[in-house]
Amino acid sequence: MTEFSLLSPIQGQKGVQGIIVANSEGIPIKSTLDNSSTVQYAGLIHQLVMKARSTIRDIDPQNDLTFMRVRSKKNEIMIAPDKDFFLIVIQNPSD
Amino acid sequence: MAPKRQNSPSRKASVKGKGKVKKNQPPSPKEKPDHPDDIYPIVLTTATQELFECCIDEDVTDQSPYKLLKKDDIIQDIKTRAAVSDFHPVKQFVLDYPEDEILLVFDVDFTYGQSFYLVLTPEAKARIYNVLQPPQPEIIEVLEDDVSKTPEPKPWISLGSELEVDQESVKETREKLCYKFYLKRRPGLPVCFSDRNSTEAECRSVECPSYQDSRFSIKRMQRDCGMQAVPRLQSSTTQTQRAFQRNIFTQYEPRELSKKEKERILSSENLRKFLNSVTPRVLHALQQTHIMNVFTDDFKALGIGAEASDRLVMVSEGLKLQWTFTDEKRAMGNKISSVSWHPTIHGLIAVAFIKKQEEQLDKSTAYINSPAFIVFYGFPDQSNPRLLLECPDDIFAFEFCPSNPNVIVGGCRNGKVVLWDISFHAPHLQGTQPNSKKGSDSDSDTDTFDFDKKENKTPVMRYCAVSSIESSHKSPVTDVQWLPKTFEVTRTGVPVQNNSNISVQVVTCSPDCTVMFWDLRVPKLQNQFLADRKQDVDQKTMMTPYSIPKTFKHLDRTWKPLFRVSLPKSDTSGEYAPLKFSLEHYTCNSNTDNENDVAEVLPEYSQLRIPSAKTLRTLDDVNTKFYIGTEEGEIVYTDWKLEEDEFERKFSAKPLLCFRTHAWFVNTMQRSPFFKDILLTTGGWNFAIWKEGVMGGPIFVGPSSEQEYSAACWSLSRPAVFFIGRNDGSIEVWNLLLNTSESTHFHEHIASTRITCIKPCIASSKQHYLAVADNLGMLRVFSVPKTLRSPVKNEDLNMQIFFDREHDRLKDYLEWEEQWAKQRKEAGESKKQVEPDKPVTFQVDSEEADLKEYSDYLKLEESILE
Repeated sequence: MTEFSLLSPIQGQKGVQGIIVANSEGIPIKSTLDNSSTVQYAGLIHQLVMKARSTIRDIDPQNDLTFMRVRSKKNEIMIAPDKDFFLIVIQNPSD
Repeated sequence: MAPKRQNSPSRKASVKGKGKVKKNQPPSPKEKPDHPDDIYPIVLTTATQELFECCIDEDVTDQSPYKLLKKDDIIQDIKTRAAVSDFHPVKQFVLDYPEDEILLVFDVDFTYGQSFYLVLTPEAKARIYNVLQPPQPEIIEVLEDDVSKTPEPKPWISLGSELEVDQESVKETREKLCYKFYLKRRPGLPVCFSDRNSTEAECRSVECPSYQDSRFSIKRMQRDCGMQAVPRLQSSTTQTQRAFQRNIFTQYEPRELSKKEKERILSSENLRKFLNSVTPRVLHALQQTHIMNVFTDDFKALGIGAEASDRLVMVSEGLKLQWTFTDEKRAMGNKISSVSWHPTIHGLIAVAFIKKQEEQLDKSTAYINSPAFIVFYGFPDQSNPRLLLECPDDIFAFEFCPSNPNVIVGGCRNGKVVLWDISFHAPHLQGTQPNSKKGSDSDSDTDTFDFDKKENKTPVMRYCAVSSIESSHKSPVTDVQWLPKTFEVTRTGVPVQNNSNISVQVVTCSPDCTVMFWDLRVPKLQNQFLADRKQDVDQKTMMTPYSIPKTFKHLDRTWKPLFRVSLPKSDTSGEYAPLKFSLEHYTCNSNTDNENDVAEVLPEYSQLRIPSAKTLRTLDDVNTKFYIGTEEGEIVYTDWKLEEDEFERKFSAKPLLCFRTHAWFVNTMQRSPFFKDILLTTGGWNFAIWKEGVMGGPIFVGPSSEQEYSAACWSLSRPAVFFIGRNDGSIEVWNLLLNTSESTHFHEHIASTRITCIKPCIASSKQHYLAVADNLGMLRVFSVPKTLRSPVKNEDLNMQIFFDREHDRLKDYLEWEEQWAKQRKEAGESKKQVEPDKPVTFQVDSEEADLKEYSDYLKLEESILE
């Protein structure tokens, strides 16, 4: 399917643990992780993205969120939001 | 009284008036001069009499004939009845009458000719009224007078009020006094008149204003109030504020899209566009994190804490002496040959004493003179040993059985191998173990180490079994090791699976150029022999401490080794004389679940039989090669498996490699507890580190020191640290990561003489001990400081890198060496044209080859030392 080919450059990166594509409501569409983790990630990150986006737009209504990186002890979560979907990538940093 | 009086006369007067009028009528209407002018006799009809209330004999009577009639009434009557009215003839007179009331008199006697007569003038009225008044007719006259004048006051009738009036009245008791004051003044003087205000204080006018007297109060006795009945029930309404309405929902399952939906979305153009747009950003971010971790704490990564303390505290902290154990009775003049910590009981060390060489004349006399002992010391009792093990002869090496710490095997000076079983004393050794040393251990009513028991007698245990003289070593057994319980060895040296999970085999070596493998179990061949002995063997228990435990009775004096390994030299005849050896410790994965059972199961060695080689599975991955350190300072790597030659005789293979690294006796060979293939050997004046599998030589050789190295051991907690004991009683602490050319710590003169043995022990995570034994029979226990016991970050990794690096260096060096050798050979060829045939014929030119080798190695040494 097409999205595989589109996701492969991301998946081929070193350290990528998982990729999730979810729709604007936080329902996962496609994922490389198991179902329970996928659902959990999608739901929680959706809320986070909504909050972050509303924050940015509250400060400046003409601004909008383009990318989010959440760095934790164990890994890094990258979120790319869009009008209809958002993409979540979980990466283990190199060291 | 006055009003009463008024009434009566008016009443009487009216009566009298009518009477008078009536009297006037009977005389004829002509006017007689009898009656005066103002008397007019009138006739009143009955109706008129009733109208004016002067009926005869009713209102007017003889006694009271007077009646006063009102003028207005008469006029009224005249008006109403006009000519018919009786008063018509007198109408004019009535109208002219000045007064309001006209007197009518009832004339009884018909004096004037009629029954009534009317008095026309007020004077006549007064006269008649008054005349008629005094007697009964007198009343009539009086009445006439009363009409015109105010009634006279009647005389005062005193009713007693005069007295009260008199009392109340104020009478002057005396005459008023009158004073006249006058001031004589000359007339004509000026006079001054002024006003004076009466309200001023000077006037002295005293006022008594009214004030409210508080003592006096009026109580309101009556008050008006109104009351209203209130209905019992009252209804009212109010508006409450409803709670903020909010949507609450509970989700039991995550929302998911159906497959069709997913497919639809996946194939939609929208998604494709999204992914296309988003991918560059994500890739960028991914690559960023991959390239560099921006969040690393560089300072922390340096690991500055632990390493700094390593460098800084180099001099200050060192080994601290904790205890010194000596036993005057036994230690006098003896030296310690071997020390071993008890594997399970903390704080228990076993020390083997041997007599010094000078004293000993020959082996037999030494045996007779005084028996040798292995002494068990326990913390903190520094002078009284816990247990003594009696030995047939001086023990040069001994070991606790790893699977059963109650079994000890030792090698004697006379070549025998001795077994002890201290299971009888195990509770004694453990139970009276004072806990005061270990802080975190269970609460101690510690001082139950019964001094009484111990002081008198230290229990002595005799050995259970000793090997047969014929089959023992010919020279002192210098090293004894247990084979791990993971495998055992057959008669031919083939390693097979060990079904019983205990260590049953022992390996010994001795400078008689043999390495022997011994088995603790009953040998198969001797079954018939021992048939009658079996019954004895069944008795396992021991009665008194001095009776010999029967655990190894089956072996006693008949113990023979399984097989022998001889160590022929590689290129010369003769054999190596091993002093120490080191086996690779083999761990078998399949037996891991049984490892923990060992402690409980005390095997009955007598019941165990050596199984037939065929029934056991051969373990091919056991490394049957081992290292041997020889008397001459060589390290030999050989295989213990017996090989068959063409005659099907078993013989030992040639060693695979042999290096003369050390100048003198190899006194320590120890595997690193962290790296299974790294071996530390000390001997002579230096130490070397070997890596198993590397045939080229030691991967690292330490620098020669001025003192002979006599003992060494790896640190149990730090992969890079090891301790070396020297001949002058000092201890060197080496840390290969810090410094490879010299020791990092140097503790001078810990002991006064040569250190014979160093053994470390870990009592707890904070307590690491190092037992140091010396030539004078003193055992010192040191506690290892934190710097030496806590590993540095990534120490094992670094050590691995170090070893690999050394290995590579060695390889490079060897290559270079080869090159150099070739060059030299060519040079030598060109010069001499005679080549000593060193490589092939080792039997013929053995000596030459030896010398050549020796010189080669000396050169190697030199080059390394450079």
